[in-house]
Amino acid sequence: MTRTVRNLYFAAVAVFLASPIVVVLGVSLNAKKRLFFPPDGVSLRWYADMLTDAAWRGPIENSLIIATVAGLVATSIALPLAYVLWRHRLLYAKILYGLGIAPFMLPPVITAVGFMVFWAALGHYGQFENVVIAHGIFLVTLPLMTISLGLEALDREMLEAARTMGADEKTTFLTVVLPLVRPYIISGYAFTFVLSMNEYIIAYMVAGFTVETLPIKIFNALRYGYSPVMAAVAVMFVMIAILVFGLIGRFGNLPRLLGRWEPMDR
Amino acid sequence: MNADSHDALTLQGVSRHFGDVAAVSEVDLTVPRGKLVCFLGPSGCGKTTLLRLIAGLDMPTGGRIEFAGRDVTALPAHKRNLGMVFQSLALFPHLSVAENIAYSLRIRGQDKAAQRQRAEELLDLVRLPGVGDRHVSQLSGGQRQRVAIARALALEPELFLLDEPLSALDAKLREEMQVELKLLQQRVGVTTILVTHDQREAMTMADMVVVMRDGEVQQIGTPLEVYRDPANAFVAEFIGTSNLLQGEVVDDTSVRVDGHVLQAARLPAGAAAGTAVTVSVRPEDVHLYAGDEDGPNRLSGTVAFVRDVGQSVELYVDCGGTRITSHVQPRDKPDVHQGQTVTVELPPEACVVLKR
Amino acid sequence: MSTTATEGTTARKWLLSYPTLMLGVFFVGPFGIMLAVSFFQRVESAFYKPAFVFSNYARLFSSLFLDNLAFSLYLGMLVAVISVSVAFPFTYLLSRMRMRTQTIWLVFLLSVLSLSEVIIAFSWSILLSRTAGVSNLLVWLGLMDHPVGLAPGFTAEVLGYCYLTLPYTVLMLYPSMSRLDPELTEAARTLGASPQRAFFNVVIPAMRQPIVASLILVFVFTLGVYLIPQILGNPEHWTLSVLITDQAVYQSNVPFAAALAVFLLLTSLALILLTFVLGARERIHTAS
Repeated sequence: MTRTVRNLYFAAVAVFLASPIVVVLGVSLNAKKRLFFPPDGVSLRWYADMLTDAAWRGPIENSLIIATVAGLVATSIALPLAYVLWRHRLLYAKILYGLGIAPFMLPPVITAVGFMVFWAALGHYGQFENVVIAHGIFLVTLPLMTISLGLEALDREMLEAARTMGADEKTTFLTVVLPLVRPYIISGYAFTFVLSMNEYIIAYMVAGFTVETLPIKIFNALRYGYSPVMAAVAVMFVMIAILVFGLIGRFGNLPRLLGRWEPMDR
Repeated sequence: MNADSHDALTLQGVSRHFGDVAAVSEVDLTVPRGKLVCFLGPSGCGKTTLLRLIAGLDMPTGGRIEFAGRDVTALPAHKRNLGMVFQSLALFPHLSVAENIAYSLRIRGQDKAAQRQRAEELLDLVRLPGVGDRHVSQLSGGQRQRVAIARALALEPELFLLDEPLSALDAKLREEMQVELKLLQQRVGVTTILVTHDQREAMTMADMVVVMRDGEVQQIGTPLEVYRDPANAFVAEFIGTSNLLQGEVVDDTSVRVDGHVLQAARLPAGAAAGTAVTVSVRPEDVHLYAGDEDGPNRLSGTVAFVRDVGQSVELYVDCGGTRITSHVQPRDKPDVHQGQTVTVELPPEACVVLKR
Repeated sequence: MSTTATEGTTARKWLLSYPTLMLGVFFVGPFGIMLAVSFFQRVESAFYKPAFVFSNYARLFSSLFLDNLAFSLYLGMLVAVISVSVAFPFTYLLSRMRMRTQTIWLVFLLSVLSLSEVIIAFSWSILLSRTAGVSNLLVWLGLMDHPVGLAPGFTAEVLGYCYLTLPYTVLMLYPSMSRLDPELTEAARTLGASPQRAFFNVVIPAMRQPIVASLILVFVFTLGVYLIPQILGNPEHWTLSVLITDQAVYQSNVPFAAALAVFLLLTSLALILLTFVLGARERIHTAS
């Protein structure tokens, strides 16, 4: 393929992926409430509304808290599991790893129904923590995979070097393993955070009528017609995602995290 | 008990089996204090496994390991007071050079100033002053090597273990480091075990060489003993190059090879006439003359190839069914050319007769 | 041996106890209860009562479900084929670009992929709307007479799906594509093949297994899409995920929803396992 054809192809994909975002950005900056093209006048009032209107601030806070804690839940499960699996290659740890990977690969509606009947059976339906735990379990795959990748990249001779210098397993973990996989732990946490922020169906089915997360709020609002605030919220989501993944791309090795094979690994 | 009365390391019948495979079998070895011992052998001979058993990174399936008379067989690596340099060097990429070197002090809770001081002392020792604050990735291969050595020596270990530490360096730097490492070891006086597959490295550095093959010790001796008086054909061929001729014993002083009777200075004790043997002759001991001159221990043949690499000349001579290699100094180069008929002489004192 | 072994075993047990507890209670628990509920009896005006009936599974043969299933399968396959056809050459070219360019694209793709369905659906509904959509741009450029609204509709739904699956497909193909030896195409080039021919004769055959695997996984991914059909499609374009949620939440028929979820679970698991089998077989082939 020639260079021009390649560039045209990439431009087409970029336009396809960027155009809804551009349109939403345009709508969010529109001074008038009516959705219209081309926009008439530029204003940031919908962003101000988003941050001041209690109807939007509540869901924003809910989503931020859920994503923050769900990320902690997922990472705290993933770290010891990935470590033991890497260190000892136990069959039992492999089975647990499979359990950790499974929910994410399946359509989320399955996990949603599962958690719904689970909390209903416990008489605990509709609680805030339901969403946190469900997201933590559903998204545990992400830190599990990133941390495993980070551990696989470690030279095992470093652990042995630490041992010959007098470090026991715990000291080795704290002084060698942990500092070296920290970027992968943070990446896994960040992936979980962003996806939890955006998750709809599980949150909806375990607590949708009582706990309004941001995606639920947008969908609910959508039933009563468009509002430019939605566009502002959508732009905020895009910004958070670009910021988080941009930081990982800047300070981490994103191609490797996503499975690129590098000859120097071997 | 006076620790000085003990050898630094004693192995008694040490074995390591992986299922049915014996990676190391029944090794007995005594290493005197302050010596440098090389474990030498081809890859897969068990030398690294044996080193790991000594380090406590792997546990023997049989036998006993003693450090200065103390039984350490069941002691895990972190309680053995060792310094070890790994093949990959295993420097910590998240720590600076000085932090790497002071790691063993840090995990023992020594204060920052003491750590720093010790790191600087060791950097001086390995002739790398002033790089303490640098990042490991900013160093060259040879410099990293020195940092790894300094790190292993930080706690004045009882035993200094090196697993093919120079294999990542290019040939020229490796030669330099061999000499430097040996001088360093002599200066520090630490009992050292070095694993290598490079016989030249072993010859350069070792006080004592342990030649291994398939998990078993073939020969233990000084480098010259092992070179001059190999215990078997494997050792003869692995250490340096050797002409190995198949033959059989004629009497107490001679063997028959390819129809020729060769006088040999030493034959294996109690070898009866007719015993199949291998005769090993080092190429530098083979004399070569132009023309066909008959005589004792002389074979005639045709020059197959002359390899003149400048610092030495190697001549390959086909004598009947066997090819004999002769190495000579350039100034001693006989005036021969490819295809010429020549005579090779295998002096009796150079013919080492080995049981097969 | 003994000291390190016991030390290691206790540490391992201790370390694994927390993941075991969490995954045991909150993963095995929900899936187990869901399986049980799928055999329960529905009770009007209440949730359900414990029983062991197959009636929920019998309803899998009702036309309500079968029509929905047929549409979901058709939509999933259509979207999978479109996504892989577009993503494959894209990923091939991407994996051969400068690392920096690759990273920027990956950030962009991940950002799009992580976007909530509701936001994607909302954005596309504006983009395809009559008042503020892309057709206004075409009118403005003089390419159309008057603006038209495409959402809701089948085209809008397919576009929304593809928007969701395209980054997913690229990221799925990326690892194997980046592992593809550049020397392979270079060898073909030195033998006189044009870049296009090298792509069709060398790259596509070498990537056969990842292509099949990503077709299957994209298909499974589409089965999980829930909001896009509701916002961008008409009711006749609703899918299995919508049906399950509708049964569970609005019809209060939790046992039937659970049976549907179990059906979806088994189907998806079978398809995912199939990709692993394909992968393993390919590895054996390349090894021999």
